[in-house]
Amino acid sequence: MSAGSGSFDEMFDGSGQTRPAYAEYCRWFDEQPGEFLKRKNREADDTFRRTGITFNVYGENEAEERLIPFDMVPRIITASEWRRLSRGIEQRVRALNSFLYDLYHRQEIVRAGRLPERLLRTNDAWLANMVGFTPPGGIYTHIVGIDLVRTGPDDFFVLEDNARTPSGVSYMLENRETMMAMFPDLFSRIAVESVSNYPRRLARSLAACVPPAFGGGKPVVAVLTPGIYNSAYFEHAFLADQMGAELVEGSDLRVVEGRVQMRTTRGYKPIDVLYRRVDDDFLDPLTFNPDSVLGVPGIMDVYRSGGITIANAPGTGIADDKAIYSFMPEIVEFYTGEKPLLPNVQTWRCADPDSLAYVLDNLAELVVKEVHGSGGYGMLIGPTSSKREIAAFRAKLVAKPENYIAQPTLALSTCPIYTAKGLAPRHVDLRPFVLVNPEGIDITPGGLTRVALKKGSLVVNSSQGGGTKDTWVLKD
Amino acid sequence: MLGRTANSLFWMFRYLERAENTARLLEAALRMALTRDIVAAEAEWRSVIATLGLQMPYEAVNDGYDGMAVWNFVLRGASNPGNVRSMFGAVRANARAARINISSDVWEAVNESWMKLDKMLARPVGPTMVGEVLLAIRRAGTQVHGAFDGSMLRDEGYHFSRAGTFIERADSTTRILDMKYFLLLPSLAYVGSSLDTGQWEQVLRSVAGARVYSWLNAGQIEARGIVEFLVLDERFPRSLAFCRNALRENLAALARMHGAEGRSNALMRDVDTRLGNLTVDQIFEQGLHEFLVDFLARNAAIAEAIAEDYRFLA
Repeated sequence: MSAGSGSFDEMFDGSGQTRPAYAEYCRWFDEQPGEFLKRKNREADDTFRRTGITFNVYGENEAEERLIPFDMVPRIITASEWRRLSRGIEQRVRALNSFLYDLYHRQEIVRAGRLPERLLRTNDAWLANMVGFTPPGGIYTHIVGIDLVRTGPDDFFVLEDNARTPSGVSYMLENRETMMAMFPDLFSRIAVESVSNYPRRLARSLAACVPPAFGGGKPVVAVLTPGIYNSAYFEHAFLADQMGAELVEGSDLRVVEGRVQMRTTRGYKPIDVLYRRVDDDFLDPLTFNPDSVLGVPGIMDVYRSGGITIANAPGTGIADDKAIYSFMPEIVEFYTGEKPLLPNVQTWRCADPDSLAYVLDNLAELVVKEVHGSGGYGMLIGPTSSKREIAAFRAKLVAKPENYIAQPTLALSTCPIYTAKGLAPRHVDLRPFVLVNPEGIDITPGGLTRVALKKGSLVVNSSQGGGTKDTWVLKD
Repeated sequence: MLGRTANSLFWMFRYLERAENTARLLEAALRMALTRDIVAAEAEWRSVIATLGLQMPYEAVNDGYDGMAVWNFVLRGASNPGNVRSMFGAVRANARAARINISSDVWEAVNESWMKLDKMLARPVGPTMVGEVLLAIRRAGTQVHGAFDGSMLRDEGYHFSRAGTFIERADSTTRILDMKYFLLLPSLAYVGSSLDTGQWEQVLRSVAGARVYSWLNAGQIEARGIVEFLVLDERFPRSLAFCRNALRENLAALARMHGAEGRSNALMRDVDTRLGNLTVDQIFEQGLHEFLVDFLARNAAIAEAIAEDYRFLA
């Protein structure tokens, strides 16, 4: 076993000593015969293929299904680290909900001069017809994924907020199932916080947000998927299955007697809470994209008149905007009256002339992102880009500076992955999943660790060759 | 259950059954062709294509009826949209769409079979491989049905799946019998003669009934006995009588669960009235072909009525 170089390695310190969080794991690892680990590594792949945990890659030959590579070395977080993280996450998610409520009501934050009004006006995710409407229970983001990165022993930063439709939670669950099936002895030696009740917590959380039209009894919850060819279909089916909810497509739904109802073998049946995994744009062809066949004509009217709860609420996507992100420290402080517990990554808004000048002078060292982009597309990573790529990006940046933000290239922490030649450090991030309901905020201990499988790479997105790891939060 | 999900389950099992029946048909032809001269072998392959209703698309891309051309066309032909490879694609797509209404065991059996067969059928199938491929197709059916039987909740989804299986199986047995009838019994005068025992054995083989038939009939192969076996014997799981009984039970269960009978139950009763006490002599009197064509149409009408009764599509 050897230490990584340069970045902070979560398993080994600078002198190659195992850090305490990994001590017992490393003892176990060293006891295992090499052949055994090799065989287990192959086995993991087969398990994922057989169970069909795949995602579809857009743009490749017609919706080819791929596995997100799974690495069998866990990423370990201590109980005290997690306590600190979850306090920061809870504070941030609370602020996000208050922020969204404010944006669609009095806009106090704009009136107070803490957020430029321009950011709302120019944002496609801003939904004018959410103005003045309060979603059931006052909840906007029922499910949030907060992307965290680490650069040192105590240095965690929020890289992104995913308030629209965070995905990946099925991997958190299946990765753990796979690890427990492959290495049961490991879990008897090391006490790890369980993640397996996430679907039950999600079901409870959603059921706690019934709309005014709810007629009593057991709330009917359904997951709305774009269909079997969607990249995250596996996850939609998985969550519906685990929650005991229906999995519906737009074509199953229709507005009948002021409710959104699904076509069952017994006729139409009203839905109380719709956990939708389609974007706002496709939700209602009468209100948004008229060409959409994924949504339900008239659902927005039903929503506004209290006939259904939509999770997450339409219009929450504005909080994912990277220009809004750059204001998160102010936003947290404005709504909670506290200093943010989890810092942002330093961010230059290119809309600001001084920042733009700095960014243009330092493109080769910075990461530049589109404010509305996601999935690792449309970004520039200065240090790993060619002169030509940088020049091309510079032109785009100068043409539309308000479309971009820039951040320093972070020395993301590493965690070793299993390779044929032994353990090798790779960069990781972490996406914990947060549930919000009128009773409170519920954070599952763990999350999805994404890992850049290519040596030295900083891009962890699954669409760009990233893999995943099981994430352990140790019990005290 | 969603109407769309019921539709997916129904078709998932229809395609699975269709793939399995197609494999049996090819297996029987393969064996037949091996024991015959070239002319007879060609006739055999021609009848496979005819039974499957694929003459037009087949002849559009092939000159003659050579075994390898036929099985490749049936199994994986690019210009044959109903090839076995795409049937398995449809089985899996439907299973995925109904994922939360099938057990993990069923899903994994479907997914594993699909992975294996899709790979096997990605390249042309040569004479040394075809046996293995056909076996794998039948095994897939066995595996999925086994998982299904052992792990599925006996709810409406179970009965939609079973209904799909038996509608498709009845359809397949009827078509095989009808095709062979034309080939084997050019006129009524032949009924009862032991014209071509090899050919009749072939019919039995196509529906996996050769061994059990000869066990029941002490090796006597003749047209009347075979028709009686394939149409009227309630013990044989691929006979029309067996499929009819199974379908009736599943439709009755659905009506019970939904608290009302639909058009599908009414049509089922018509079939029962018509076929209830029929003897093999009566079938031959009205004409086997006419009988089979009528049965096919009724079978198809029941399938349509199920889709309507349970809001599969609208």
